[in-house]
Amino acid sequence: MATPTPDTIEYYKKEKLSDIDYEPPAGGWMDTPVNFRPGSWIYPGKAKHLQYLDLPNPREWVVTEKDWKLQENWKEIVLKGMSERLSKYRSFKLFMDICVRCGACADKCHFFIGGGDPKNMPVLRAELLRSIYRNDFTAIGRVLGKIVGARELTEDVIKEWFYYFFQCTECRRCSVFCPYGIDTAEITMMGRELLGLLGLYVNWVIEPVANCFRTGNHLGIQPHGLKDTLEFFADDIENATGVKVKIPINKKGAEILFVTPSGDFLADPGTFTCMGYMVLFNELDLDFTWSTYASEGGNFGLFTSHEMIKRLNAKIYAEAKRLGVKWILGGECGHMWRVMHQYMDTMNGPADFLQVPKSPITGTVFDNARSTKMVHIVEFTADLIKHGKLKLDPKRNDHIRVTLHDSCNPARALGMLEEPRYILKNVCRNFYEMPENTIREQTFCCGGGAGLGTDENMEMRLRGGLPRGNAVRYVQEKYGVNQLAAMCAIDRATLTTVCNYWAPGVLVTGIHELVANAMVLNGEKERTINLRQEEIPRAESGSAEKGGAADVR
Amino acid sequence: MASFQAGNITLEIDEDGFIQEPDKWNDEVAAALAKTEGVETLTEDHWKLVNYLRDYYLQFGVAPMIRKLCKDTGFKLNQIYELFPSGPAKGACKVAGLPKPTGCV
Repeated sequence: MATPTPDTIEYYKKEKLSDIDYEPPAGGWMDTPVNFRPGSWIYPGKAKHLQYLDLPNPREWVVTEKDWKLQENWKEIVLKGMSERLSKYRSFKLFMDICVRCGACADKCHFFIGGGDPKNMPVLRAELLRSIYRNDFTAIGRVLGKIVGARELTEDVIKEWFYYFFQCTECRRCSVFCPYGIDTAEITMMGRELLGLLGLYVNWVIEPVANCFRTGNHLGIQPHGLKDTLEFFADDIENATGVKVKIPINKKGAEILFVTPSGDFLADPGTFTCMGYMVLFNELDLDFTWSTYASEGGNFGLFTSHEMIKRLNAKIYAEAKRLGVKWILGGECGHMWRVMHQYMDTMNGPADFLQVPKSPITGTVFDNARSTKMVHIVEFTADLIKHGKLKLDPKRNDHIRVTLHDSCNPARALGMLEEPRYILKNVCRNFYEMPENTIREQTFCCGGGAGLGTDENMEMRLRGGLPRGNAVRYVQEKYGVNQLAAMCAIDRATLTTVCNYWAPGVLVTGIHELVANAMVLNGEKERTINLRQEEIPRAESGSAEKGGAADVR
Repeated sequence: MASFQAGNITLEIDEDGFIQEPDKWNDEVAAALAKTEGVETLTEDHWKLVNYLRDYYLQFGVAPMIRKLCKDTGFKLNQIYELFPSGPAKGACKVAGLPKPTGCV
């Protein structure tokens, strides 16, 4: 095998990574420079992607070199950008003003818990920006300077922003604990927008954004590639179930447009989740369509700028209109739902050409989606189960002892807390919760969201994944949990790495993979293999062990 | 951007050694890239994987999902790791001149 490098988990020794130094540096935070050590930062956005998107200052530059090739008037650009945003976004101005440094957020960030770097305390992360705000936008800061926490904007400050605003996954756990409700994700978003004015992007974010513009999805899958992929899934589904599922693509006049993150089309275990959707829709004979244009639910614009959120999101309503659907159903994606729930209708709506979503199977009207016209598939499926519309044989999942990772955005941005649990308890008889301060609104991030899930950032991903990984290991040891369900494509990709490291033996799954494996289908053959094309272990008579159906329903 | 020499051909590479100009790829480039992955000689099995990836990329513009790679070539994942120690994405795809996949993967 090749020698491990900082981009592989083998490189990191557990005892070294677990030995976290919470002692702050001796000097003041303003005097502590950033240390760009391997494994803790992300490659710069390539010039060709910036050019493709008409973004400023496209060039090749290197994080570890002194000269970041900023524009000559970079300082003026940043201060002007800050001034514009302070007047445009009231939340930004408010969050710059109101923090009392109580410290409630300090130990709530997974990066601080797993890394011990004081600048990963949300209060201090915000202070990186707030210190400039004080210096250049408040009278007291201009007069008293450092005494009131103000400092001059320098290139070193920009480097510090780049390092720490790309060490925040915008998960908003800290905000749950802030007595003022300061939303650190919004602060990070502002920091990243300002960096963007200087052409300082990370490639893991800006290449997907450029791909999405060109092909409709982050991965750059073209229409014939998507068709080929879905047909591949259909073959595997037929192999497992004996049922040949339909694959409607770009079907005009369909009732429902289905949009899911493109990670589900490429990376295991997300691909099995995708197969789960296909099994479900086929069994319901749902009048839906895939789209090769709106072929991405995720929106890496959220990790770039407000303008980019809007530009990428626009295709979903545009495609819904073009195809003439009635409403939109969305897959198991995380940050997608922050965009759908909190930005889409005001940015690109009103979608008055669509109807209030109504389940054609149960007749349930999704009033909560009256404005966006877009329903989360977990909500849709929970409603099906509640109305007894799915024939389920949860015994098929008896070899699985599952816990739920509340994906940050569905949990904290959408309040999707009960539905995934309700589904899991109906399709799997062994469901166990992780400790209460690590789930629901208090859920811990995977450590790789918001565009941080790339391998060169492996040390930070493993550190950031420690709190979640630790909670997984707890239920693994206590209840024998062997699968972690998550409703987010970034989770399915990055938690696989986190579990391999912190809780080896626990596999990651999507919710609809388990749903489809439990579903009894019309015309199915004897189900001996699951969607992963693996033998289903034969359940002993009496099936589920302790913690079975009676316990969990 | 760093560059990489394969015979008479100079190619731009990214931080992880993936070539940036897929049009310049040829067998000689593949062999040279393989050496950076600790693969001294490309055997018939190596070429079977590399050629499959290359053809898929030319047809679809992206890398295939790993399961499809395994199914279509008949190699199991552990066999791919034996051939390319960095695995299908970072090893085999790199040698075949494909770009790194990005996004929620």
